[in-house]
Amino acid sequence: MTPQSNAIEVRALNKFYGEFHALKSIGFQVEQGERVVICGPSGSGKSTLIRCLNRLEIHQSGFVSVQGIELGDDLRNLDAVRREAGMVFQHFNLFPHITVLQNCSLPQTLSRGTKRNDAETKAREMLSRVHILDQADKFPGQLSGGQQQRVAIARALCMEPKIMLFDEPTSALDPEMIREVLETMIDLATGGMTMVVVTHEMGFAREVADRVVYMEAGEIVESAPPATFFKTQKDQRTKRFLSRILS
Amino acid sequence: MAIGETNVPLTALPLKPKQPWMKLFFGDVFSSFLTILSILIVISLLPGLNWALFNATWPGGTPEACRDGGACWAFVGAKSRLILFGLYPPEHQWRATLVIVLIIAMVLASLSPRMWGNKLIMLWGAGIALMLILMGGGLLGLDTVPTSKWGGLPVVLMLAVLSLGMGFPIAVLLALGRRGSLPVARAVCTFIIELVRGLPLVGLLFVAAILLPLFLPPDWTIDKLGRTLAALTIFSSAYLAEVVRGGLQGLDKGQGEAAQALGIPYWKVIWHIILPQAIQNVIPPLTNTAIVMVKNTSLVLIVGIFDMLSAARSAATDPTWPAPSTEGYLFVALIYFAICVSISIYARHLENGVRARSHS
Repeated sequence: MTPQSNAIEVRALNKFYGEFHALKSIGFQVEQGERVVICGPSGSGKSTLIRCLNRLEIHQSGFVSVQGIELGDDLRNLDAVRREAGMVFQHFNLFPHITVLQNCSLPQTLSRGTKRNDAETKAREMLSRVHILDQADKFPGQLSGGQQQRVAIARALCMEPKIMLFDEPTSALDPEMIREVLETMIDLATGGMTMVVVTHEMGFAREVADRVVYMEAGEIVESAPPATFFKTQKDQRTKRFLSRILS
Repeated sequence: MAIGETNVPLTALPLKPKQPWMKLFFGDVFSSFLTILSILIVISLLPGLNWALFNATWPGGTPEACRDGGACWAFVGAKSRLILFGLYPPEHQWRATLVIVLIIAMVLASLSPRMWGNKLIMLWGAGIALMLILMGGGLLGLDTVPTSKWGGLPVVLMLAVLSLGMGFPIAVLLALGRRGSLPVARAVCTFIIELVRGLPLVGLLFVAAILLPLFLPPDWTIDKLGRTLAALTIFSSAYLAEVVRGGLQGLDKGQGEAAQALGIPYWKVIWHIILPQAIQNVIPPLTNTAIVMVKNTSLVLIVGIFDMLSAARSAATDPTWPAPSTEGYLFVALIYFAICVSISIYARHLENGVRARSHS
């Protein structure tokens, strides 16, 4: 529980969906300020792993701690962890019934009791950080996919997280919109944010990541800095995967 | 404007205002058929119009004038006090009138979605308390009027608004319980919903108004109007629960996950994120239930509540007037119609608001 501990510490994590063994005794650490990209074929457990980090999925056994707080059945810990770790989803999941500004301000009010004015000031600050302040009074349905995903990033940032979790943030976007979201993420990385990103964007991994993790069939197969990862793969499965998506 | 322009598909004809009228009404076999049918319907209604308008005796007329055979609106005029206020003491009638005004004002104040929030709930709490004081008296120097003397439109409005208003939170709990992960809560909620939906409202009203007092200890005297309201509330909550459940089911589970991931506590997620969207998705069936519940209030006459329908029936027994029950019932029907149509119009307006926000 020391402040110097890893941002994320996962040991012997097991997750089952019924009979299906989704995560097989995973060990996984992220240091403070580290940027980790997780890749792997679909069904490899990478989304499940990232969702276990804020308990959107409940693991059956093993140890998960985020910012030194252990994730278990204690609900107070859970709320604390969720305040430390912001999450961005594949399908944005903005709240369609309120404006973009309210999407960013309401969660602050509901989750921490921030005063409305302060929450809106913060929301505007974060919206301008992702260059979308001019859309603040529109509803999410009136924005393009790329814009919506940037709002989702701003919404998560409003909670002042120490860690940002990205679950395939560009997979649901049209190609011409992927760039704007990646650029926002690169900005964030340059600012020193601890990030765990599940993605197939190998360009992003090369440019930004400190470490790339390859998962397959519920196991971490390989974990290396991008320079090594893309040059020499220790495992045949990683080699096969890379040759398929980089060709 | 030549009639010879025939390249337009036939199905588009009735929608084109620029078409010559002959083509509009007799363009093909089907529209000719509809035109002729409509004309026949209008003709068949003419005697009715004659009765209702041209031969009618208007308010202010005497019972004698009514014997000519036209509609006797004079009767409705003379009995409107009885139909609208039932047996409520005439000298305190201003209080019942004020209650009607208060309910309408509060409903109007609640129309705009911008008003929705905790303040509105408190306003309704205060408004309902004020209504009960106005109707019942016994406080603030107002004379006591027992609920057995309450009747007519204020009672109908109060039953409709309160049974829907109190039924809704119960409905939300039932719907959440039925969809939840706790097996016991799920079974209990499902059982309650199916049980109530399986019972006719008339039966439920009988149980509440007549059977229930027999089973309760004699010193437990819950007011009959209160018991009737409870029956209506239970009934509306079961139906609303299924409507709300439909709304919840149509919601993407990512909404709840995103809210949870932001650290928002469960009940706030439900209240601020999930429910507003779920309700937006089910405005048409919700309108349906609201209208049905308004009309259901007319059934309380069978347990002896003096609502508008009972009042119209008892007004018709006055021997000075020549058998005018039709006019009385039509008057009551008109009031119900006005309320229900207003609900429909409002619901459509709400839906347009939702649509305007969802897509550019």
